[in-house]
Amino acid sequence: MSISNEQKIEMYRRMWLIRAFEEKARELFMKNMMRGTTHMYIGEEAIAVGVCSALNKDDYITSTHRGHGHCLAKGGDPKAMMAELLGRATGYCKGKGGSMHIADLDLGILGANGIVGGGIGLAAGAAYAGKYRGDRSVAVSFFGDGAINQGVFYETANMAALWKLPLIYVCEQNQFSEFSYAEQFLADTDLTKRALPFGFPGINVNGNDVLAVYEATGEAVARARRGDGPTLIVAKTYRIEGHTIGDPLTYRKKGEVDIWKDDKHDPLPRMGKCLLKESILLPEELTAIENEARQICEEAVEFALSSPEPELKTLWDDVYA
Amino acid sequence: MAERILQYRKALNEALHEEMERDPNVFIMGEDVGLYGGPLKISEGLYERFGKMRALDTPIVEEGFVSMGVGAALVGLRPIAEIMYIDFSSLAIDPIVNQAAKACYMFGGKASVPLVIRTQGGAGRGNAAQHSQSLEAWYAHIPGLVVVQPSTPKDAKGLLKSAIRNNNPVVFIEHKLLYNTKGPVPEGEYLIPIGKAEVKRAGSDVTIVATSRMVLLALDAAEKLSKEGIEVEVVDPRTLNPLDMETIAESAKKTNRLVVVNEGVRTGGFAAEIVTRACEEVFDYLDGPIVRVTSEDVPMPYNETLELAAIPSEEKIIAAARSFFA
Repeated sequence: MSISNEQKIEMYRRMWLIRAFEEKARELFMKNMMRGTTHMYIGEEAIAVGVCSALNKDDYITSTHRGHGHCLAKGGDPKAMMAELLGRATGYCKGKGGSMHIADLDLGILGANGIVGGGIGLAAGAAYAGKYRGDRSVAVSFFGDGAINQGVFYETANMAALWKLPLIYVCEQNQFSEFSYAEQFLADTDLTKRALPFGFPGINVNGNDVLAVYEATGEAVARARRGDGPTLIVAKTYRIEGHTIGDPLTYRKKGEVDIWKDDKHDPLPRMGKCLLKESILLPEELTAIENEARQICEEAVEFALSSPEPELKTLWDDVYA
Repeated sequence: MAERILQYRKALNEALHEEMERDPNVFIMGEDVGLYGGPLKISEGLYERFGKMRALDTPIVEEGFVSMGVGAALVGLRPIAEIMYIDFSSLAIDPIVNQAAKACYMFGGKASVPLVIRTQGGAGRGNAAQHSQSLEAWYAHIPGLVVVQPSTPKDAKGLLKSAIRNNNPVVFIEHKLLYNTKGPVPEGEYLIPIGKAEVKRAGSDVTIVATSRMVLLALDAAEKLSKEGIEVEVVDPRTLNPLDMETIAESAKKTNRLVVVNEGVRTGGFAAEIVTRACEEVFDYLDGPIVRVTSEDVPMPYNETLELAAIPSEEKIIAAARSFFA
């Protein structure tokens, strides 16, 4: 798959939007401006962006509790997202969903999900709908190496293979399963083998390399649109932050995170270097992209803060359609 | 409208045929619902008429296929997921309770899940503890779900058609001892509205609110009590959530005596909800304490004598109604 310079720049831009959004969200959370809990996607941006760059607007994704990145990568509006994090009436969910429940049906975003593995079956259903209608749409389910142990993965993998559904499983192998190393719970850490019994491809990809993720997804999308069925993409990465903000990370090996934060691993400088090396952008243009992303998120916070809280009477709205 | 006598089973089958013919987005999925025609023959003829995509045989994976139903509904299809016994719905609690029921509210009204979960509840034919439960209270407890329990062939057809056209997730609970019952069903197109109770028998002395198969027991009990000079009004809520409390309250205000019959076990059962709401709304009209007739707080036993002792019966209902006049 050839990738134009414009596409590469756009991927870099989108990764920065996610990074800036997450850093801003973390700041708001630490200032006690957010309620409940929230989960940072920092360090994993290349997966959401690489995957969603290979999708059309009318393709579907299901996301996770760590969902801000997927939503932004698929085209979600940072203003409506930030307003949702701050519980405002102008938020994606009118202040009723919060961090873990942002959806934009018009963009094919079938929701973040508070249940680990909860989106897998929904994506399989959206894939079935695509086949049912014959509209050539595909569905992608993002989940992690903790969620891949859930039964619904195997239940739907069997059906997706059986019926050749246009479904792409994207396992973000971020090496953690909530407050533990994921490998503690994996009989075999080569997760591509989880596709083997169902006879569809399981492929490893460097989850910190946005171009590699994009290419792998492109192949899976082509296969799905051809009617050849599902693919499991295992994108290896590292969860830079804790499970939630405030996670003391006592279970993590000392110094390990520093490796993943260096310029060779962190997906943003990694892509930045590539853009410089290929003379697509100048150093000051890279900086401008970062600044622009931070500006967008700053404006999103201003929008959220100037938005009204939901009116009390909306408590009863939308229980039923 | 002209009527004919139809089996409950056949009435449901007609509803499926008509709605699938009317709307190409409607499809049915579940275990043996396609080629075999359904373990209870409710989906007979759909596979032949509408093909395998729309009468989809699934593996035995309740969580898997129900969550697929939720996903398909989120993107605009109108799936009917058949769960062979309501007992098996425990395997699909996440898609029903955490996904389908929450999507509309949680996503700020921008999503809807027009999914029907068709399933079978109830005891009385020796299916024992894992195939005989009446779990309607579980689902009635969840805001965002509609819960329907038809007691007659006419209601079964009209309510199923309404459920399929409803934009919310509907848990549609049939009863294993009703499938072979017969009753008048209108010829041609009709709908029974969701959320509307029906007075199945008018009376002036006692109100019996009964759900699902309990309606039939209550009607039989009413005939016997009539001979003793006690005129019973039988109210069938038909929909448990949203509950038509208005019709129940109106009847209780008239008769001043209330019996509530539900096949679920006593503790935390749906009867408790009706009793509580009656206490809140019509307490001052009642001549005495409300009487509950429910299943005993035991897993359903296999042995016939034990099973019959565990579930409500005509005799227990008669005794409950008579207690007001002792």
